[in-house]
Amino acid sequence: MSSASSGNMVGAEGPIAVAHTTGSDGTDVAHPTREQYHALVAQYRADGFETCADLCGVDYLTHPGRSGLPEGIKPERFEVVVNLLSLQLRRRVRVRVQVPEDDPVVDSLIDLYPGTDAMEREVFDLFGIRFSGHPDLTRILMPEDWEGHPLRKDYGVGRVPVQFKEAPGPR
Amino acid sequence: MNERREPQGPTRLVASPARLHRVADVAETSEGAQELAPGSPEAFLRVGEAAVGELGTGAVGRTGQIDLERPDDETMIINMGPQHPSTHGVLRLMLELDGEVVLRSKPVIGYLHTGMEKTGEELTYVQGATNVTRMDYLSPLNNELVFSLATEALLGIELPERATWIRMLMSELNRISSHVMWLATNGMDLGSTSMMIYGFREREMVLAFFEKTTGLRMNHNYIRPGGVAADLPDGWEDDVTVICDTIEARTYEYDELLTGQPIFRERTIGVGAISAADALALSATGPILRSTGVAWDLRRDMPYLAYDQVDFDVIIGTYGDNFDRYAIRLNEIRESIKIVRQIVEKMPGGDYRVQDPKVTPPPRARIDESMEALIHHFKVFTEGFRVPEGEVYTAIESPRGELGCYLVSDGTSKPYRLHIRAPSFVNLQSLPVLLRGGLVADAVATISSVDPVMGEVDR
Repeated sequence: MSSASSGNMVGAEGPIAVAHTTGSDGTDVAHPTREQYHALVAQYRADGFETCADLCGVDYLTHPGRSGLPEGIKPERFEVVVNLLSLQLRRRVRVRVQVPEDDPVVDSLIDLYPGTDAMEREVFDLFGIRFSGHPDLTRILMPEDWEGHPLRKDYGVGRVPVQFKEAPGPR
Repeated sequence: MNERREPQGPTRLVASPARLHRVADVAETSEGAQELAPGSPEAFLRVGEAAVGELGTGAVGRTGQIDLERPDDETMIINMGPQHPSTHGVLRLMLELDGEVVLRSKPVIGYLHTGMEKTGEELTYVQGATNVTRMDYLSPLNNELVFSLATEALLGIELPERATWIRMLMSELNRISSHVMWLATNGMDLGSTSMMIYGFREREMVLAFFEKTTGLRMNHNYIRPGGVAADLPDGWEDDVTVICDTIEARTYEYDELLTGQPIFRERTIGVGAISAADALALSATGPILRSTGVAWDLRRDMPYLAYDQVDFDVIIGTYGDNFDRYAIRLNEIRESIKIVRQIVEKMPGGDYRVQDPKVTPPPRARIDESMEALIHHFKVFTEGFRVPEGEVYTAIESPRGELGCYLVSDGTSKPYRLHIRAPSFVNLQSLPVLLRGGLVADAVATISSVDPVMGEVDR
């Protein structure tokens, strides 16, 4: 995998040069910077990717040296992964954007794909990544008053105290 | 289906967007963020464009039918659920009502959230299937399938043909059982208790076959990375043929019971309509997308397993209403039966799991005679197997739409990140659009026609 190449996409606002790799499933993976992220997805949408199939977050806290990133992309703690689907081209494309721990904010895609509403709320809820431009960024799965973001790697799995075992671990 | 369909609900003129500025009139509550957020004028101005930020609450959409300049005190917000029997589990809906007409609405979910994606990171790939199978409890085999396909894509292993076809057989039978279950609950929501009983009766037949094959009626852990857990039982062809013949004949009974029935048609035709552009913008898949006339079925358009070797039709609707979704699901049962019959004919011989000692435990008989086999068996089930580093997204067509699995491996025997793209979770976003401008009495039927499975929505 990770056959890094630089692909140029031509769109209305001129080409956006981002690094591309190939995922383990053979899908084209684009690695924009945070600044390029929204414009790149807008360009994909203009190029015929009608629907956003999936948007999720990954916390690379305990696996920072992951492979698959092209040169020039600095690995950060968080990643937002967007899977776009084109019905007319019968093709998928994946967009992976790095989100730093000290400023976990990326642009919201809700103006391009309203269907990312619940998905971005889920990522915010479970990872604490904020999406600027999202009109209703609230918790969706966890209770309103919950503290912490459960899918982060430094958040414990939780444990039920069991007789004859050591004291319960972190929450 | 020749008659013209008009969306129900009163028709009023569009007024100025002024009313959209106001804060929704929710009583003071400690759960502040669960209010319906006020609509924005920007969103209002972009009515007609598919990509509208406020589509999520149905604040825009078919605005033409709704008087936007009504005093605030004329609308009412009621909560439906989470314990309402018609909401199919613990779904809570906030409905903004003008009399009996639904204006905006917002699904509130999370009541069944058990952190299954987090749990998935603590379980090995061998154990993983037992976790994901509990998400969509009406089509557990599809969940196992997508997880197994994702794992196998990372492992880079090729499955024996028979394993692929067994998976396809089970997946289609599961589609049948899920759709008859939907017919049952949808019938009940519309007051047809006979349909409810019939649906459960048919589902029971399929579940009996599942029990015979996998040992369990639900949560089978049958499809695993590397193949399936066991070969099909002796005489499975006869069992499956009986299921096909019986259920196919009964789909025509449902036709007589519901399809032409005036009350059923009155309650479903033109109710809960959505346009193709809205459905695509809201990432809806499965019967919701197909009901709008978009012929998109991953089995045909991005074939996995051996779906390119069987013949079947993709059923689509025209109007995107509840009746179309009913007709699609009913006919998809027939198409699945068609596929199952072809599978019975074409089922290849061979092994039901890959003979890769890294992934597959040794046969039971070997364990009695070989210490190494015993150790190997033990290691597969305790440590699991290592999966090469990488990330993969696989998607299959579950009865509810695109079921995806995004899997990240860090090279150990446990997934680094397991994300399930649950079709019910995403499809639920189209509910406010479907409900908008309809009657609150029809909301029950419309919720049902989205077919949300809360185990999958909340995971």
